[in-house]
Amino acid sequence: MATIIIPTPLRKFTGNQSTFKVNDAGTISEAIHSLTDQYTDLKKHVIDEEGKIRSFVRLYLGDEDVSALDQKAETRIKESDVISIVPAIAGGKI
Amino acid sequence: MSTHIKTSTLQLSASGLEVVRKDAVKAYPDECCGFLFGTETEGRKITLAVPVTNHKDGDKRRRFEIHPQDYLRAERLAAEIGLDLLGVYHSHPEHPALPSLTDLEMALPYFSYVIVSVKSGKVVDERSWKLNESLGLFEEEFIMQPIHLS
Ligand SMILES: [Zn+2]
Repeated sequence: MATIIIPTPLRKFTGNQSTFKVNDAGTISEAIHSLTDQYTDLKKHVIDEEGKIRSFVRLYLGDEDVSALDQKAETRIKESDVISIVPAIAGGKI
Repeated sequence: MSTHIKTSTLQLSASGLEVVRKDAVKAYPDECCGFLFGTETEGRKITLAVPVTNHKDGDKRRRFEIHPQDYLRAERLAAEIGLDLLGVYHSHPEHPALPSLTDLEMALPYFSYVIVSVKSGKVVDERSWKLNESLGLFEEEFIMQPIHLS
């Protein structure tokens, strides 16, 4: 089982669970969808209307930005993999 | 944009506040940013503030951005030291400590957003804001007098 790490501000949508175990037979994208299928309130924070990862969210596979991987979110995962959901943190005075 | 109903309180340790204020002055006239850690057993208490680089590729005097790697490190640090990642701070150089539309657009649930107002290189105000998701706006958190937390 691979692991998805839920960022602290979104844990209220996963019943305060910080991690989620996924079947490692699939891709990163499938893993994320299995998470949001289970926790539907989390979905709008992670997935956009087209079923893609929201632009305000980055995924990391270990220490690698998933968008920098050859196959991006279609990369296949293995048992020891840890996927982190990283929310964009930004703002400013104007 | 924001209401002035203070629905919750936030305790900020004197040492944490010191870190935030110093970072705001050091970064001036740019915006500074960093993470806030603490506990939530009896109300929200911030005991640790950790500055990170303003990674904004553009005008840092009116925008801040935290690199995703720094975010990952912050989550890992929280787990390591047994504290919760409770929020983010940033500064508003020559601007009030009120959240902007950009701040609101990027706001996450649950986090406390501490904003420091810096005028002529000096900290003049700090206020904390938390997203009310159902109303889609920020509510102010009352910052209690800095306390010395062990
Ligand atoms: Zn701001």
